[in-house]
Amino acid sequence: MAQVNTGEAVARGEGMQGIVSDWSSDQRAFKNVPWGKAMMWIFLLSDTFIFSCFLLSYMTVRMSTTIPWPNSSEIFALSFGGEPIPLILIAIMTFILITSSGTMVLAVNYGYRKDRVKTMIYLLITAAFGASFVGMQAFEWTKLIVEEGVRPWANPYGAPQFGSVFFMITGFHGFHVSVGVIFLIIVARKVMRGDYDIGTRGFFTSRKGSYEIVETMGLYWHFVDLVWVFIFAFFYLW
Amino acid sequence: MAQAEAHAEGQQHPLGIYIKIWALLFVLSTLSYLVDYFHFEGYLRWFLILLFMVMKAGLIIAVFMHMLWERLALVYAIAIPTIALMLFVFLMTHEADYTLFTRGVFFAGGS
Repeated sequence: MAQVNTGEAVARGEGMQGIVSDWSSDQRAFKNVPWGKAMMWIFLLSDTFIFSCFLLSYMTVRMSTTIPWPNSSEIFALSFGGEPIPLILIAIMTFILITSSGTMVLAVNYGYRKDRVKTMIYLLITAAFGASFVGMQAFEWTKLIVEEGVRPWANPYGAPQFGSVFFMITGFHGFHVSVGVIFLIIVARKVMRGDYDIGTRGFFTSRKGSYEIVETMGLYWHFVDLVWVFIFAFFYLW
Repeated sequence: MAQAEAHAEGQQHPLGIYIKIWALLFVLSTLSYLVDYFHFEGYLRWFLILLFMVMKAGLIIAVFMHMLWERLALVYAIAIPTIALMLFVFLMTHEADYTLFTRGVFFAGGS
């Protein structure tokens, strides 16, 4: 390969040939990707395994129980003065999370265009959507715990495993969202200060003039949305 | 060197594609909600839920997380272990079936 870097992009193989040459290059295996982003992907892979274990144990428990599984469509129904609308709060939460994914994408995009103010604004909007998601989840938990008496070991609707699965899965996901909101605010503050333009050293910063951290942050945020897609399908809709 | 690399490494794409995918995700979410709202049952329900779920997940990973434009070395490193989880699903369905069978035998009539 090129010994002297002339500043031009090195031609790299594609397809299976490209995979073999990337992995056997005796350098970093993930070309064209900043190390922080590669590490975020590895972390997300491990997080995928954690959520898969939760969803799989949910599947196992639900398939093997001899008591009927509670009807989530009715449990999570909410009425605004009239007939209860099934799953309406969960649907709103889903839309909020997808909206926040969209604003996150805009933040990443404006980051690469070095538009400091817009990047910061979209990061903060994303954080606000995330916070409102957690707020609604807190409302949902309160309603289930206080009014309906759902506990991890028992509930009034049916199979007792429902409670433990619900609190475990949505709790862990809500925790991920909360952490995401905190880090969104941290990154937004760094964008606002111009840390990525002047290359300030420190926690969560990067090379001078590079907004790649915003993209890495975006990966995490989209992953949180992605996990919700699966929770919504398997836990709420199934 | 760092500057040249930073240019090559950025994932910069026209805003139009993001907006389109965003709208599509809204549509798919609405459809998956309507599956419940209109009380589809049985295999049709499960098929529709899985279909919309896979489409949404695919769009988020491919476009929002830029997997569509990453090198295959990274795509495969993430995708293959994830796909291997299907084996885990297969194992646990059999485990659950067996547990249910033993409960049916030993609990004699449920609870």
